[in-house]
Amino acid sequence: MSFLQVTNLSARIKGSDHRLLRGVSLTVEAGEVRGLVGESGAGKSMIGKAILGILPRAIEITGGSILLNGTELLTLSPAERRRLIGASTALIPQDPLTALNPSRRIGPQITDRLVDILGWSRSAADARATELLDEVQITDPTRVLRAYPHELSGGMRQRILIASAFAAEPKLIIADEPTTALDVTVQKQILKLIATMQARHGTALLFVTHDLGVVAKVCQKISVLYGGLVVEDTTAEAYFTGPAHAYSRALLAATPKYTNPEASLLPIPDAVIAAVQADVDAYDRRVP
Amino acid sequence: MQLLRAILQRLLTTAITLIGVAVIVFVVVRVVPGNPIAMMLPPGATDEDIARLTAQYGLDKTIPEQFLIWARGVLHGDFGTSITARQPVLDLVLGRLPATLELSLMALVIAVILGGIAALTGTRKRDTLTEAGIDITNGMALSIPDFLWGLLLILAFGVLVPIFHISGRVTPSLELPFTTDFYLVESLVRLRFDLWLDIVSHMFLPALALAIPLAAIIGQLLKQSLKETMHLDYVTLARTKGYGENHVILREALPNAILPTLTLVGVQFTFLIGGTVIIERLFSYEGLGNMAIDAVINRDLPLIQGIVILFAVIFTAVNLVVDLLYAVLNPRLRHG
Repeated sequence: MSFLQVTNLSARIKGSDHRLLRGVSLTVEAGEVRGLVGESGAGKSMIGKAILGILPRAIEITGGSILLNGTELLTLSPAERRRLIGASTALIPQDPLTALNPSRRIGPQITDRLVDILGWSRSAADARATELLDEVQITDPTRVLRAYPHELSGGMRQRILIASAFAAEPKLIIADEPTTALDVTVQKQILKLIATMQARHGTALLFVTHDLGVVAKVCQKISVLYGGLVVEDTTAEAYFTGPAHAYSRALLAATPKYTNPEASLLPIPDAVIAAVQADVDAYDRRVP
Repeated sequence: MQLLRAILQRLLTTAITLIGVAVIVFVVVRVVPGNPIAMMLPPGATDEDIARLTAQYGLDKTIPEQFLIWARGVLHGDFGTSITARQPVLDLVLGRLPATLELSLMALVIAVILGGIAALTGTRKRDTLTEAGIDITNGMALSIPDFLWGLLLILAFGVLVPIFHISGRVTPSLELPFTTDFYLVESLVRLRFDLWLDIVSHMFLPALALAIPLAAIIGQLLKQSLKETMHLDYVTLARTKGYGENHVILREALPNAILPTLTLVGVQFTFLIGGTVIIERLFSYEGLGNMAIDAVINRDLPLIQGIVILFAVIFTAVNLVVDLLYAVLNPRLRHG
């Protein structure tokens, strides 16, 4: 059985019929990396938030199931769900500049989950934090652990957030566009770091991104989203050699090539948008 | 070095502020109608009597001359002699200061507690009827001024359900072993809880009347900041770590959300101290405010000057404390 199994997950804005997720199904096996790609507003981040139970209050899940290691998350009590999520998953957030609390030192922000939720001793948690900062190649862990976020660069902060995500050895990490907010020169290093950490710890990873270059580097499986609908679910190899869906092909073609920076950017053709939109409309007719 | 310069700069601006206040008060109390000498003498006093007394208090000189004489005295720690009480102004004012300080600080504590509870509850129960109820209560608390709250409280808890004292600072028949004028503090230090209870029971209603509008402001602003903070990424990240709502509000959101409220409380606290003038009168509480009203009625010029200068010093000190607290609570200001 898959470690994470999302089946037929639907969500909409409360009190309206504006659909955000349309029967999304996907799996992440233990130790596997799945990329979740699509344009802005396709619902990529929404899926991650639904799994972690951090959807904004205005959004409600209208159907489907999320099984985490065989446990149905959507029927758990909020407290049980929080505990399970805190113990077995972690989030690498999008913007390292806003994801650390400006009034708390770095150390406690890494160790708080270990001590408060998982019951580690403070000294064991502190030792773990130092070890993790070492692992994410931060050279003077002692100083950094005592520092406040504003004293560190964006790249440093993202390293810290990665360290924090791996701290409790979660079985699943959701990376929500973890390189988007970073400087291009830093993006590559951070991506490499996430890939290295993932491989070393054997953590399953759900990698939300709009950057197909990222997907090509780290993912084994890919789900392509449009309008909250999964239009393609395939392996990375199959995706890059010949995606089945016209929208996936167009998305791939629209990706700028580093090897040919002079080439003009290709927009996704209107016909392809019309076709994929037809899929979305068909879903809405089928599922009232 | 930088800190030292900041402090020196602060002291300099404070000094200039105080000089400005002194000049304005000095001139205003002499320009407005009303003559302290006329208030002292019985009707039918002769013109010579009036002239003699006027000269005795130096009021026959020009205003600039009078100011220089007064300012020279102040520099030597002499704020003049009260015309009505015939005692040094400094002694009178410092004797009343502790009563007003204790009342204002008690009001501040009550306001912070009430406002804090309102803000935290409103955040915990946001977008529910409870929050709407808190908003309505806040609005009412804010739109009724402190002296009207004073009257309402006297009516409710002094007359209808008489559980608090509504007049004075302490029951007059009690034997007071105090060596300072900080009754509230000293009764605690001396472990005289019987006296402490009596004093609190006298102070509670005036303090509450002063506190209610400030509590409403704190409740409203802090709740607003908390609700905004609750959407931020670090709060969401804390939720994914397994933390519940209460923890997230108190440890992640509150330390950041409290900063704008702190600034406002500093400003509003000075208004609250200003409010003691009427509230002390209302509750016959023997503090600076009550003394200020008497001084104005009697045109006791040196006393008015002394009280106003003291209020100005207090306001400046409050602002200084707020700035320091801000630096302590906001790590981004500490280095830099």
